[in-house]
This record gives sequence, structure tokens and C-alpha cells, in this order.
Amino acid sequence: MEHILERARKAAEAAEVFLTSSEETQVRFEANRLKHLQSKQQTGIALRVIKDGRLGYATTTDPAKAAELVESAVETARFGAEVKFEFPGKYDYPRVAVNDRTVDSVPTENMIAAGTKMLDIILRHTPDLVCEAEVSKGSVNVKLLNSRGGQADYRKSFYSIGVGGTLVNGTDMLFVGEGDSSCHHLTDPKDVTDAVLWQLELAKNKATAPTKMLPVVFTPNGFASLVMPLMAAFNGKTVLEGASPIGNKRGQSVYDKKFSLFDDPAISYRPHSRPCDDEGVPSRRTPLVEKGTVKGFIYDLQTAGLAGTKSTGNGNRGRGGPPAPSASAYIITPGDTSFEDMVKDMKEGLVIEQLMGAEQGNILSGDFSGNVLLGFKVENGKIVGRVKDTMIHGNVHQLLKDIAALGDKAHWVGVSLQTPHLYFPAISVASKG
Amino acid sequence: MAYLVNAARDLAEVLKKTPADYLEARLEENESSYITYRGKGLESIGRATSSGGNIRALVNGGWGFVSFNSLEDLPSRAVQAVKQAGLAGGGDVKLAPVDAIKDKITTDKNPVAIPLAEKKQLLDSYNDIIWRTTGIQSSNIAYGDGRKRVIFLSSAGSFIEQERADVSLRITAIAAKDGEVQQVGMSVGSRGDFTELTKLHKEVEESAQRAVALLTAPAAKGGEYTVVLDPILAGVFVHEAFGHLSESDFVYENDRMRELMTLGKQFGGKHLNIIDTATLPNLRGSFKYDDEGVPAVKNYLIREGKLVGRLHSRETAAKMGEKPTGNARAISYRYPPIVRMTNTYIEPRDLSFNDIIADIKEGIYARNWYGGTTSMEMFTFSAGEAYMIRNGKIAEAVRPVMLTGNVFTTLHNIDAIGNDLDMNQGGGCGKGEQMPLPVSNGSPHIRIQHCLVGGK
Repeated sequence: MEHILERARKAAEAAEVFLTSSEETQVRFEANRLKHLQSKQQTGIALRVIKDGRLGYATTTDPAKAAELVESAVETARFGAEVKFEFPGKYDYPRVAVNDRTVDSVPTENMIAAGTKMLDIILRHTPDLVCEAEVSKGSVNVKLLNSRGGQADYRKSFYSIGVGGTLVNGTDMLFVGEGDSSCHHLTDPKDVTDAVLWQLELAKNKATAPTKMLPVVFTPNGFASLVMPLMAAFNGKTVLEGASPIGNKRGQSVYDKKFSLFDDPAISYRPHSRPCDDEGVPSRRTPLVEKGTVKGFIYDLQTAGLAGTKSTGNGNRGRGGPPAPSASAYIITPGDTSFEDMVKDMKEGLVIEQLMGAEQGNILSGDFSGNVLLGFKVENGKIVGRVKDTMIHGNVHQLLKDIAALGDKAHWVGVSLQTPHLYFPAISVASKG
Repeated sequence: MAYLVNAARDLAEVLKKTPADYLEARLEENESSYITYRGKGLESIGRATSSGGNIRALVNGGWGFVSFNSLEDLPSRAVQAVKQAGLAGGGDVKLAPVDAIKDKITTDKNPVAIPLAEKKQLLDSYNDIIWRTTGIQSSNIAYGDGRKRVIFLSSAGSFIEQERADVSLRITAIAAKDGEVQQVGMSVGSRGDFTELTKLHKEVEESAQRAVALLTAPAAKGGEYTVVLDPILAGVFVHEAFGHLSESDFVYENDRMRELMTLGKQFGGKHLNIIDTATLPNLRGSFKYDDEGVPAVKNYLIREGKLVGRLHSRETAAKMGEKPTGNARAISYRYPPIVRMTNTYIEPRDLSFNDIIADIKEGIYARNWYGGTTSMEMFTFSAGEAYMIRNGKIAEAVRPVMLTGNVFTTLHNIDAIGNDLDMNQGGGCGKGEQMPLPVSNGSPHIRIQHCLVGGK
């Protein structure tokens, strides 16, 4: 990659080369049996140049095409955005543990055994379920080099397990599923299978929801659906363009005092953790909400430059795309109420475990509507059964102004959210009953 | 290109010799460019090239799949795929027979080669229109184009070269006032024809005006309504509410699903016909051969309200004893093909828009889309615009609504189908980790009784 940087420096004022190479092995079960084994190797090189004060960008998968890469980046810079930052120089990055070499040596047979074990546990509980499962492991190497002497080089391992099932009864369908991921080898699937068994147990009985305002408990999985409409508001770009409902409320008390939220890319052995972001800015914890008060937003270099502030180390690249502000891991601080106590507290209410469609609406405003794909009716402090044909509707920013209680344990949902259960006193519910 | 073809020719010999029940490979070259705007200025612009491939092997009912960027040492990749398939084997997988095909499909479209200056000029003109509208807070524009060459080859002797080009554009106008934010978006796309994107000035202006108007629009009250969908949203509806259920990879190994999806079962009224076909010219979901080398066909899924067909890969077709339909698609060489839609639409009937709304005392007219999703049984999709219908007339605008329903009852509740079929080229479909896949969907205006609408 040095030769690409060298070549780019001759053609432009400044340059940055970003290289990732990854390999992944995946074991997949379908219809209750092992069906697919996949291995993927992938390389990508991205070049950013600054020429005449403008930003150019090009990518390739072929290291031999250095000349074309430089030419394309320089060509796009003619039209590129005016640059509002400098590439970061050399840093001593914080030590963030994300590489577990033992993942490399996990044999495929072990991965197959792990998948088989998950299926066995779940099918023993509900033999009529048609299940799929997935066990993946892999590693990614990241290298960054820029013309101001900035350089990063780290390796990350990852391992994930997941299992799901479908139960069909006439036209009635139930979908259950759970997963977990880490930079470590996950040796015990018990948490994952327990979560699925919990879903299956509660879905055994049916219940109906009324059309009215009801108290609602979101499980961590359920609340994950509302993260997209919530987080759009904390993206520095949305704030900069004046489209964030909380963009001008930094320092103001906006949410319930019980609500605190931060981004943390430095938690050991989490798949989204890293020593620096994809622009070479050191990782750090960024408070977004502290006890209801808006503390900050997330920025990459260019957005921070435009906004007259500093990058929060959130310049993350999607697949092949240029850096843009995005979170590493949103962490919601837990409270002190157990899930059981939340349920006990409701005379009539809902528990939502899966919500479908909440990411589709006008997410900038925080408005959401969703179909309760997996949710349970609570009557007199007890979960009585699964509800269907039910929608909830609300605004996530309004909702978070009044939280009845936060759960006493935080759970990871996927790789980018850690949240406790959230209990809200009133949400609009519409149901066919 | 020569390099890719030569690599493929060499690999074809390897596949024939490698011991496995079946082997196939796809080698691919892509070039693309994109431009995005956020607010008044251009946000990012870039170019990309990529190349790579995969080899897929079937051994004793197990699939092995290996993907890579470097086209060096393909014989050892084939060995690796076979070894993996062996580890996964032990079940029963058959593939529906297809002819060995040798063909070459080219396109003369190359939107990637159009000068960036020309693309930027067009996008500037659209952005200017948005910003001329009073009350606009921001704008988002995402333009992308690509051109792709894929060579498919199999141990059965197929060798198919296909080129395709694709262009897509999404424009969003954002209005804000007193902490309220509203947005209106439009999505368009084409099979690589850039000129199809150059005449949208009036639509962009209307979108911007609507975004501002939404700031003062009330939210609809949640509950059951008679709803009328415009062709774009009805297209999203047919894709989500029925198209995904037709994907037989969800059905073929699940006995209860097979029972539920028995051919001949009544899903809707006699006036309802639903089709999926990749054979229509110039649509984003079109192709001559799918990613298993199976020729595309015109496929009736619902005819006169009855289930008559579904979407197949070679494996699902063989398992269900039906003919392959050419619906196995992959977004790139990094993924194996899975069962996907192509161009999916409701066939037009004879009602005018006025016929459809005339009898509605209180209902909702929903237009345009944000998105949609399905669980197979339940679906949700969200409108980009919505209006109340009162006493047979379009009345006040309301905030965009989300609609939801049960697949198995909602198709029966379609009680009017219009005469104005229109195909929406602006979307991309996601399934599993593979998205966005170019598809199109469409419909005439339709009316649905008892549709659940989210709202206050």
C-alpha cells in the first residue's frame, strides 16, 4: 500500500490509503439439518486524495490496479466536496483488545457441533419447529496509511452464533430467534437457546390487544427496532443540516432523567470495537445523553470540520463506502428494575420482543409505527399470551421523555447496541383484536 | 474482460474434472460511480472497480461455497469448495434439470462512462429546485450507477456471459419547523439508461412542496380503513404481501408451509392476477438467465385469485416436483444465489381511479413509499404520502402512514383493481444479508378493505 500512497502523493496534495482484508467461515443449517459451508476471502483498497482543496475517492479489489485507482480518485476530486479537515498524524492509539487468536484454530467440526447442539435443544422443546442456525468465525485485517504520517494496523477476530425457527399452524406463524457475537470463541450457546425457549414458552397461549393507549415494556430485542429512528438524530450530519429534532438542544434536558446513552468503541472483544476509526482517529467513549441531558453527537472528520467541532472518532466505512459518522456500539445505561417487576406493575399492557417496520417511516422526526411481530399481553401483572394483528405508533423522542423504569441488566442486541429493558407508561396501540 | 474470459475457460476444464455431484462458478467484473448530496453541497463522489468470483459445489446433498477476489489458483478453490460440500453433506438435494447453455448477452449502455461533470450538472439542477422551495431545511440526493459482467459456468457445460448496467437515483426533500421534521422522497432507476433520470424537474419540485406542506398536516387516527394505493405503493404491497411468500426456499422443506401454499388455493378474488417475470425489456429486475444459468420465464403466481405458481431455484423446483423458473439470484460473487423476485406486478383490470374512490365515505389514499417488510405471514409497508378520502373525494393531506396486515386475508380484501399499471424502478430488495438487489414492482391503483393503519 506504500506504493499507492507514494503514487497518490505525486498527483495530489494529500492522500490516505485504507486496506481491509478478511476471511470468514460460515456453517449454515437449514430445515433442521446442516446444509451449507461457506468460506469468503475479501480484499478492498480505498484511496482518498485531497487535490486543490477538494476530496476525491476511489476503491478497488485489485492491488495491481494502483495507477487506475490514483487516476480515478484524482478525477473525482475535481468535483469533490471542499475539504474541511486534515488527515490525522501519528497517534499512540489506545489498547483495545479485539483479536483472539484462539478463534483461528476452532475447527469447522466444532462449529458444526455448536449448531447441532442449538438445534437439538430447541427441537427437543418444540419438535414441530423448522429451524435454521448459523455459526461463523473469521478475522479482518485493517491497515491505514496517510501522507501526514498517520498509520494504523490492527487485526480483529470475530465469532457469531445464531438460531431461529418457524412454527406454522394453518395460516398462523410464529418466528423465534436469537444470536450472539464476540471476538472470542463462543463456547456455550445456553444464553441464546434460553432466549429462544423463553419466546416459545410465552407464545404458547394467545391473547388479544385492545385499540388504546397501553403501558409497554420493550425487551432489548424489541427496543433495537427503535434505535434507527433514535440514532438518526445523533448523527452529526443530520444535526449539521438542521434536520435533527434535538440538534440545537445540546446541554438541555430533553429526555427522562433515567436515560443515559453513549457510544463506546473501546469495549474489549466486541466485534465493533477498534483502536481507531476508519480515518485513523483514536477510539473514545462519546457521551450522547447523560441523565436526560443531550451531551453530544457523533462526527467523522469532514462533518466535524463543517460543523466547527472535532471528530468523535466515528468515521466508519460501510462496505466500500467513504467514511461517514456512524456509531460503534450504543450503550444505554441500565436502571434498577427487574423485568419481572415491570410486568407485575402493569394492570393491562404489552411486552414487545420483535417489532417489524419501525425503521421505515419518517425516521428523522423520530416517528415510528410497527407491527408487533412477537409481543405478549400482560393482564394483572402476568403475561397471558401472544398478541397478533397489532400495531404500535409513537415518537421515540417523546417516548424517552417519560420512562417508567429501566431494566437492571443490559443485554447486547447484535453488535451495535447494549440496552436494558425499557418500560414506558403509555404507547398508542391499534389492533384488530 | 479478456482476462476474465480466459480465467473462466480454464476453470471450465477444471470443473469438468473435479469430482463432485455438481459444480458451478461465477466470475465477475464491476465498475461503478456514485455522487451524493447532503444539504446544498455535494457530499461525496467516488469511483469503484471490483473483480472476483466464487465456486459452488454440491456433494452428497451438502453445498460448499468459496468466494474470493483474486482469480489466481482457481483449481485449489474448486478443491476447497468440494471439500466443504463433503463436510456439509448427508442430506438429499436434487437439482431440476436444465440444458447446458452457451450464450453471450451484451449491453451497449455504460452509465459509468458518462462524464462526472454531466452527472453533477443534472444533480445540481435538482438540488437547486429543492432549495428554491420556501420552508426547505435540507436535501439528500444519492445517485449511483454500475456496469457488471458476469460469467457463469457449470460442470454440466454451461458457459454464459452476461453484461448489465444499472442506474439509480433517490432524492429527498426535508422540511423542518419548530422541531418538526418532515421529508418526501422519490426513487427512480433504469437499466443503465441515464437519460431516463434527466426529466424529473417537475416531480422534484412537487416533492419539495409536499415536504413543506406535511409540516402542518395532521396525523391520521390509527385503526381500520378502506385504503386506496397508488401504483407505486401497490407495487411495494404486492412485493411484500405476496411476492416474498412465493419464494419457495421458505416453503420447500417445511411441510406445513407446503400445505398452506398448495397450488390451486384461493388467495383473492377472481379479478386478481399476480405475475413475476424477468423477461420484460428494460426493467431493473430483468435478465435472460439467472445466477444458476436458468432461462427467465413469465411466471403467473396468482391467476383469477388462485395460487398457480411460485419462484424457484433448481433445488427448490426439484424438491417440489415443479419446473425451475429462473429466480435464483445473487447480489454479487460474494454470495451464493438464493430465490428472489425479478419484476413483480398486479395485472391491470378496467376500473378508473374515480370508480375506485367514488363509494368510499371515509378512507385513506396512500401514495409513494418509504419501504416495506414482511414476516411471510404479516407485512408492513409505509406510504410516502397520504390523504384522507371523504365522500368519494380526495380530501386533506395527512402525515405518511404505515399499513400492516395479514398476507392470507389482505389479498382477499382487495376489492377493486384499476386500469393504470405502472412499474416502479426505484427500489432494491433485501433478503438475508443480500441487499440491495435490483428489482421492479408495479400495479394499477387498488382498493383494500379493512386495512390496519398505524396512527395516533
